[in-house]
Amino acid sequence: MGMTMTQKILAKHAGLDKVEVGQLIEAKLDLVLGNDITTPVAITEFEKAGFTQVFDKDKIAIVLDHYTPCKDIKSAQLCKQAREFAHKHHITNFFDVGQMGVEHALLPEKGLCAPGEIIVGADSHTCTYGALGAFSTGIGSTDMAAGMATGLLWFKVPAAIKVTLKGKLQPHVSGKDVILHLIGEIGVDGALYQSLEFAGEGVSSLTMDDRFTISNMAIEAGGKNGIFPVDEKTMEYINGRVNRPCEAFQADPDAEYVREVVIDLNKLEPTVAMPHLPENTKVVSEVAGLPINQVVIGSCTNGRIQDLRIAAAIMKGKKVADNVRCVVIPATQEIVLQAMKEGLIQDFIEAGAAVSTPTCGPCLGGHMGVMAEGERTVSTTNRNFVGRMGHVTSEIILASPAVAAASAIAGCVADPRKLS
Amino acid sequence: MKVYKYGANVDTDVIIPARHLNDPSPAALASHCMEDIDAQFASTVQPGDIIVAGPNFGCGSSREHAPLAIKSCGVKCVIAPSFARIFYRNAINIGFPIVECPQAAEEIQPGDEVDVDFSTGIITDATQGKTWQAAPFPEFIEGIIKSGGLLNSLKERGVAK
Repeated sequence: MGMTMTQKILAKHAGLDKVEVGQLIEAKLDLVLGNDITTPVAITEFEKAGFTQVFDKDKIAIVLDHYTPCKDIKSAQLCKQAREFAHKHHITNFFDVGQMGVEHALLPEKGLCAPGEIIVGADSHTCTYGALGAFSTGIGSTDMAAGMATGLLWFKVPAAIKVTLKGKLQPHVSGKDVILHLIGEIGVDGALYQSLEFAGEGVSSLTMDDRFTISNMAIEAGGKNGIFPVDEKTMEYINGRVNRPCEAFQADPDAEYVREVVIDLNKLEPTVAMPHLPENTKVVSEVAGLPINQVVIGSCTNGRIQDLRIAAAIMKGKKVADNVRCVVIPATQEIVLQAMKEGLIQDFIEAGAAVSTPTCGPCLGGHMGVMAEGERTVSTTNRNFVGRMGHVTSEIILASPAVAAASAIAGCVADPRKLS
Repeated sequence: MKVYKYGANVDTDVIIPARHLNDPSPAALASHCMEDIDAQFASTVQPGDIIVAGPNFGCGSSREHAPLAIKSCGVKCVIAPSFARIFYRNAINIGFPIVECPQAAEEIQPGDEVDVDFSTGIITDATQGKTWQAAPFPEFIEGIIKSGGLLNSLKERGVAK
């Protein structure tokens, strides 16, 4: 029996010719990531265990993005601890306010993730880099400490679900709709302990930003990772960003999958996830008109330039409804600059939206858009759990940038295809 | 030891909401544990109590603060049919016991007196007079638990600088 993309990458990094589903292996890491919430806990464990050196100062990335620019004294203390550790160990890829962006948008942009690599991060959305044909997965802080000390980590070789994409996305439909639809199909534990392997002729029509969004939310189906094959678009993206040799792994024709899910992109409609689970999906037309208080456009899921272009195209020359606060958060400084050059920032501000420096902020109820009792937000972020963005009675509807922008203008959940 | 019972897909945001992650000290985490799903939990839980839940316990964010918050409340273990994989890793890595047993998770009722023998994997419900056998850990993972967590096991192997 052949191997999947994920299994091949794991085998290579474990120094093995072949791995089997369920096998426990120890693999070499190409990058270990942490943020301002998870890194301090990792540092405390690292030091408590008596470790004194990191395995490779060039293969650790620390990004202060969740509560930054710091929202309060306690979060400032956490950033201080991470900053001092980064300086002490001469961590090359340390990103502080001014350079930082939302980690999963930032790392690919900086060329820190490449096809065939293993990247682990103390943040569940580390699975984003599967879009580049890498094996990447979320870990906790103790794993991060172990990874920083040894450059190695244990993994259980996952079984795989094959997600075959056919056709081409229609106007106002994007990667977010693909992944929300998939989570609605298989459920929030549909890929538990498994990898999602994307395949089929539909892949080639997806932009890299679509693929980042799709891989990003693999965790919302319980997936260990969500990986795309490497093609011309991948190579075009990494060209000029990645200056080291990398390897594109292809699934064997006889690779084994526990199931196959086929998605016809032609038929996909703008899709939303209703409170309080990402699997509670509906086609947007089913819930159009539902009143809202806030719209958030940003995050590691949908804060990239394509997302801002889609939202700005809908909002340009229009006004955010009186009953709605709209917060737009480009995910990195490079994206902010590009959006400025293209006039998108001006479009948002003239429409009455607030535009913020990069931060994870509201996605996790940190700052920059926390909800009060009984409020409802349409958000391009990734989780709509109880209390995730604020008060325990507040509600989140997960949506694409097109749906979010249309909703901001309409003042209620809206179908972007229906806007004049 | 009293049982607190919850449903499916208990996520790490309700186990410890992100608004409290700016203070990762065990005492602070414990004082807000389960706040958004059970406001009484942190003030009523006693050392040795057990959490029983539905499938996919600990889904969502990778925050190790979640198993740490539960452990810091003195909870003995969590019994569920399945755990989200990052929560599963984190619990093992910090030496907090989690027990996979679909039948026990279904049949145990809130408030039951339950105990777990980790050496045998036997779960006993004194209230109902029932016992169940939990799935054993693979040997490799058992080794991490016996060492008292991942970092201790690495130190024993001498693989870090």
